[in-house]
Amino acid sequence: MASARVPPFELFYESHRDEVLAFLRGRAGRERADDLFQETFLRALRAYGRLEHGEHLRAWVLTIATRVAIDTHRRAGDPTDELPELPDTDGRPAYEELAFLTDSLPPTERAAVVLRYGYDLDYEQIAAALDSSPDAARQATSSGVRRLRRRIA
Amino acid sequence: MTVPADLDRRFRDAAVQAQLLDAGYDIVESPIGPLLVAATDRGLLRVSFDGGGDPDAALEHIARVAGPRVLRAPRAVDTARAELDEYFTGRRRAFDLAVDLRGQPGFAVSVLAELAMVPYGHTQTYGELATRVGNPKAARAVGMVMNRNPLPIVLPCHRIVGASGSLVGYGGGLERKEQLLRLEGAML
Repeated sequence: MASARVPPFELFYESHRDEVLAFLRGRAGRERADDLFQETFLRALRAYGRLEHGEHLRAWVLTIATRVAIDTHRRAGDPTDELPELPDTDGRPAYEELAFLTDSLPPTERAAVVLRYGYDLDYEQIAAALDSSPDAARQATSSGVRRLRRRIA
Repeated sequence: MTVPADLDRRFRDAAVQAQLLDAGYDIVESPIGPLLVAATDRGLLRVSFDGGGDPDAALEHIARVAGPRVLRAPRAVDTARAELDEYFTGRRRAFDLAVDLRGQPGFAVSVLAELAMVPYGHTQTYGELATRVGNPKAARAVGMVMNRNPLPIVLPCHRIVGASGSLVGYGGGLERKEQLLRLEGAML
């Protein structure tokens, strides 16, 4: 795969900030979205120095935003564990080839499998998006794949 | 939807506060035009005259030297901005800023170190500066280092002139060189 260089963070931030805020407002409401916005980009910044290429940064940051929204929801005492759809690219799910397979997976495994095989992100990136370690991301991916194999078999 | 200015600013401040940046930069207004000023945790990394235009190339350059976490963050250059303001209003004759010369070749570092000692309001020739770094024949190489000076104004390459006293050249254009020398009272 020809891999794009990781752009200076400013350019990444300028490209995605508006969409991330709109996405968070849609999920969490106008008031909470501001805090989630800052947390999303701080989390992205923490992981940014370890990125190995600049591919699929939109999917990456929207996954971080999703994760941040869920984490703060949990802290607020709501037990919901849904990891929702990644937003569409150009009006269609960017990973639709995978969707019929992954829909039935537990949320974390599903996100890991989609990011790994739908978006071709590496485990460092997936870990940052899911706020876990690369090892945990690798484990979630492979147990998701094992689960899929059992279902297909 | 556009991110409101105060939310945007809060994120940029928080990034500095959390020490997550490889380099923070801002555009600093000055009498010789807008300057792009960048700093790292080691010191001032870049002063560039492309503050008025599209900064993408300057940001790419900064990222190659310092790392990809480069963000416009006014707080990251507060000290530099204050010292530059003082300089341009005649209240400062020497800069106290730490400098980050990562990415500069060894020869350039030794030339820039000598350059830093050329006093306010004085000029020296390329040849004199070359002699001071121990290589009197390197006037041309010294000229190249001046031309690529990553920290103009702060490292005063505008004080280096030709043997005949002519201004010769300046990375930011001769007009700016003349303005700086006039500000310092070196051109009468």
